[in-house]
Amino acid sequence: MSLWEYANPQKFMQTSSVLLPFVSVLTAVCLVVGLVWGFFLTPEAANFGSTVKIIYVHVPSAMMAINAWVMMLVTSLIWLIRRHHVSALAARAAAPIGLTMTVIALITGAIWGEPMWGTYWAWDPRLTSFLILFLFYLGYIALWEAIENPDAAADLTSVLCIVGSVFALLSRYAVNFWNQGLHQGATLSLDKEENISDVYWLPLVICIAGFVLLFVTLVLVRTRTEIRARRIKALVARERMG
Amino acid sequence: MIALLLRDLNLAVRAGGGFGLGLAFFLIVTVLVPFGVGPEGAILSTIAPGILWVGALLACLLSLDRIFALDFEDGSLDLLATAPIPLEGVVAMKAAAHWFTTGLPLTLAAPVLGLLLNLDGAGYGWLVASLALGTPALSMIGTFGAALTVGLKRGGLLLSLLVLPLYVPTLIFGAETVKRGADGMATGTALMMLGAITLAASALLPFAAAAAIRINLR
Repeated sequence: MSLWEYANPQKFMQTSSVLLPFVSVLTAVCLVVGLVWGFFLTPEAANFGSTVKIIYVHVPSAMMAINAWVMMLVTSLIWLIRRHHVSALAARAAAPIGLTMTVIALITGAIWGEPMWGTYWAWDPRLTSFLILFLFYLGYIALWEAIENPDAAADLTSVLCIVGSVFALLSRYAVNFWNQGLHQGATLSLDKEENISDVYWLPLVICIAGFVLLFVTLVLVRTRTEIRARRIKALVARERMG
Repeated sequence: MIALLLRDLNLAVRAGGGFGLGLAFFLIVTVLVPFGVGPEGAILSTIAPGILWVGALLACLLSLDRIFALDFEDGSLDLLATAPIPLEGVVAMKAAAHWFTTGLPLTLAAPVLGLLLNLDGAGYGWLVASLALGTPALSMIGTFGAALTVGLKRGGLLLSLLVLPLYVPTLIFGAETVKRGADGMATGTALMMLGAITLAASALLPFAAAAAIRINLR
């Protein structure tokens, strides 16, 4: 019994079909509890008014936007090193979700920025790096779409993902050097004093858990779809041969 | 490898189109900007570093899809891939040839265009220095992008979508060097980061680009 067993598409399909209902229900519960608690049962913050409630969507989606790319990097490496098709398909499945999370983070941030900073957009380091991340996702997805041979597409996008990760990190620090920001520092770091206050902390953590689970659910569903699409393609090809 | 470099340089110069086109494009971009923002010297001199760098970057982008496309079409890329010299070396030479035909002329022409944009007197040296240090990175990153899209029919647009985000750090440090130089501030950090990007890109990206070409030729 090892992790690599799930690299077998058959095994992956079996396990994920058992797992999927549980994960979906857990996602729904976490999101409903977290968002309802956050939206209706927490007080308004002194300086923010009711806009503070955007945090329950903004922070989790921003976290997932970055984590989705990290997950794509890991699965790309697994594909390049061990040639497991499920891994490549999971990377492909995660990219549009990561893109969506990036867009959600940018839009909720803009909606929040307008009352707080008086502007929808500022060339703040954090905002700018998210915009760059958005462009990286676009390029990655476009490369997947452009190449017809599935194995070559998986290989090339993996290479792009690795090189892109390095440049994404580099851009993050370059942007810091380029401009000082309006955005506040970390909200949830473990070692700092300036964390968010406890009233908001618990629903926020539940929301983050909900977004993580949502991501897992969507990646599972999309990977299953990709596997099925590939099977259909193989069947069609076999029909033509016979 | 030297022979390959000379061959690519000869091809670029003699085949027409590719060589002067980047420079002409750079000139046109810089000439168009004052029409867009107005002729006031103060505004122009504040945006001059950024415009010059963005213009150089776009001019670089223009000739990227030619790096491998012609060799791919007539089959010489297959020969190069099976040649006794490593493919990484071929890629590095291709990038070098691209730099000699676009990056170097752009660097030399930039001060003249800086004059058009009313760049501050202190900025000229830094403009040339930053372009000389930064454009090799642009060529190398672009070669990687060209290697990724070499087999594609309509690779040109995709190529710019892939390459432009990768250009962000180079652009930031390059334009920042000129801006700080023109304002009389210390430019050491930005210039050093620019050099670091160029060195790291030319040390590591040939391997990634060669891997991409091997996949595309499979």
